[in-house]
Amino acid sequence: MTRRVLILGASSGIAQEASRCFAADHAKLFLVARNPDKLRVLTDDLKIRGAESVETFEADLTDDSSYRLIISKSFAVWGGLDAVLIAHGALPDQLSIENDPALLRNSIEINYISVVSLLMQLAKAFEEQGSGVLAVIGSVAGDRGRRSSYVYGSAKSALATFIAGLRLRLAAANVQVVLIKPGWVSTPMTAHLSQNFLFATAEQAGRGVYNAMISPRAIVYCPWYWKWIMGLIRIIPEPVFARLNL
Amino acid sequence: MKQHESWGRYPKSEPARIVEVAWVSEAPDLHRLPSPILPYGKGRSYGDCCLNDGGVLLDTSGLDRFILFDPERGLLRCEAGATLKTILELILPANWFLPVTPGTQFVTVGGAIANDVHGKNHHRAGSFGCHLEKFELLRSDRGKVLCSRESNRDLFEATIGGLGLTGLILWAEFQLKRVSGPLIDCEKRRFETLDEFFDLSASSDKDYEYTVAWLDCMSVGIKRGRGIFIRGNHSVLPMKGSIAQRAVPTFSAFRTHISFINRSTAQAFNWLYLHSQLRRSTHSKVRFEKFFYPLDRIAYWNRLYGKRGFLQYQFLVPYERREGVTEVLDLLAASREACSLSVLKVFGTIQSPGLLSFPRPGVTLSLDFPFLGESTLILCEQLDQVVQKHRGSVYPAKDARMSPKSFQTYFPRWTEFSNFVDPCFGSDLWRRVTTPLPLSQ
Repeated sequence: MTRRVLILGASSGIAQEASRCFAADHAKLFLVARNPDKLRVLTDDLKIRGAESVETFEADLTDDSSYRLIISKSFAVWGGLDAVLIAHGALPDQLSIENDPALLRNSIEINYISVVSLLMQLAKAFEEQGSGVLAVIGSVAGDRGRRSSYVYGSAKSALATFIAGLRLRLAAANVQVVLIKPGWVSTPMTAHLSQNFLFATAEQAGRGVYNAMISPRAIVYCPWYWKWIMGLIRIIPEPVFARLNL
Repeated sequence: MKQHESWGRYPKSEPARIVEVAWVSEAPDLHRLPSPILPYGKGRSYGDCCLNDGGVLLDTSGLDRFILFDPERGLLRCEAGATLKTILELILPANWFLPVTPGTQFVTVGGAIANDVHGKNHHRAGSFGCHLEKFELLRSDRGKVLCSRESNRDLFEATIGGLGLTGLILWAEFQLKRVSGPLIDCEKRRFETLDEFFDLSASSDKDYEYTVAWLDCMSVGIKRGRGIFIRGNHSVLPMKGSIAQRAVPTFSAFRTHISFINRSTAQAFNWLYLHSQLRRSTHSKVRFEKFFYPLDRIAYWNRLYGKRGFLQYQFLVPYERREGVTEVLDLLAASREACSLSVLKVFGTIQSPGLLSFPRPGVTLSLDFPFLGESTLILCEQLDQVVQKHRGSVYPAKDARMSPKSFQTYFPRWTEFSNFVDPCFGSDLWRRVTTPLPLSQ
């Protein structure tokens, strides 16, 4: 089966690995990213890895003026889309955010506002089409506020609530909405963190995202063990949680 | 941050900073970084040639994209952080294979060039560097430099086997080898003495593309020098049914403090391996992973050596001085060290373009030891004396301890090479082996 997939934030570590899985399936890929050099490099790589066709679109996804064009172009080029992956995001340093209001706003804009605006417009297009999968990369950080990442976490948490509602709306149109919550993944975004045994490789995470899009479920933790870890973390009583300083 | 260790996990070394290089277009300004700088791929070098204590490591694991693949001519261009495994997944379905492969598929192309790796087909194909067409190097003093036999030939030759010191390899292009499928016709034969091994090797070189021997390094006396000779060719049969598609199972070793490898377990392992071959000779058709990468089935097998890590001593002696191998085995037997694995191979005469390449005509033997401290270092030093006596050499990619004098004897062209070392680059190995010798020597 030929899949037509739109990938937003295509140069991110996880999106790149997921794209490679689709390429191995001879999918058709529509990549959106900011940097034209990276798009060129990704195109060559994905074509060599088996992608039947690769289209690219240069856009800064924090700017919503490009959304309409991205959606119309990506639907037009192959006469519809089978799936969308929204993978752009940023993990700013929590301490810097606390002292910089512009950075705070920016973090919410990129991790929440831009994603839900895109989803709103995509929802309409997919409703009309009457089929498809919308996949969004969330984060385990959205499951409970923590000292070290509560701004990023709150954006991902709001996103999860938005998606839960959107999922109900689109179920009627036979469109599935998948929220993928990766744990720690070693990508350029997390290069400054110290790594432990829970870290997954970008390749593992990318394969997890691909699998979640091929056989869609509502919420997918990636790797699977985060479902149990976060289940535990959510039920820890607040006084204890405060002492753990996670 | 990820752990950046060497494969032998000895010596311990802590870089001051890790710089991820994930895109050629965003490669860092090298002269703006604090020096010394060293590229780091997958950390499969055994010794300290991939370590840079207090310096900067350029982590290239994100630099793993394909740039060009010509399935007609078998030419591949990829970024330097691509692993041989990734490459095989792409090229084998198109009936191409690596021109030369070491004993693991988890090395990067950059690492394969920097150590000028060799494989079981050295007698036919030479080392990896022999098949390189070109690559691009990023230097702190000259920016991006395209290197091939035609342009910047001196830097091309210095970078092959140049231990990552001549600059950061961004991408490389090399010639692949045509095959019919993933299967290897493999033959294993027991041999009882080293002379028998040399006879087998000499008679196999013509008809077999791949030859190597596993040596029972824990047996002494009259049993010394017994082992299993392994030879093979790419099967002309294309993929068929079950063996062709069976994935190789993988286990992963845990980090442990204690070592599972000691004299008793090494003896038991060697005995079991030898006796797993009941008949004098066996034929089989096996997948390439099983033939080339048996150790890859246990991910992180290096952790079995515990916290102190292990050393591998790989040396070569000229063919006419092959009694050096016997002398090394005698020294080993006399010591109390446990040697868990040893591999023997006769190199061919094809010369690599690399200025500092290790392979040259002769016999090479590799020995793995758990690191026990001073006694292991003393034994290696004694082995160095034997190797020097026989005008041999030791492989820097595996080394963590040789003296400056030994290195400079093994690689007399090192001073010429040092002219090509990037002024901002350095490594633990390079600083160790280029320490000035005392004047009295």
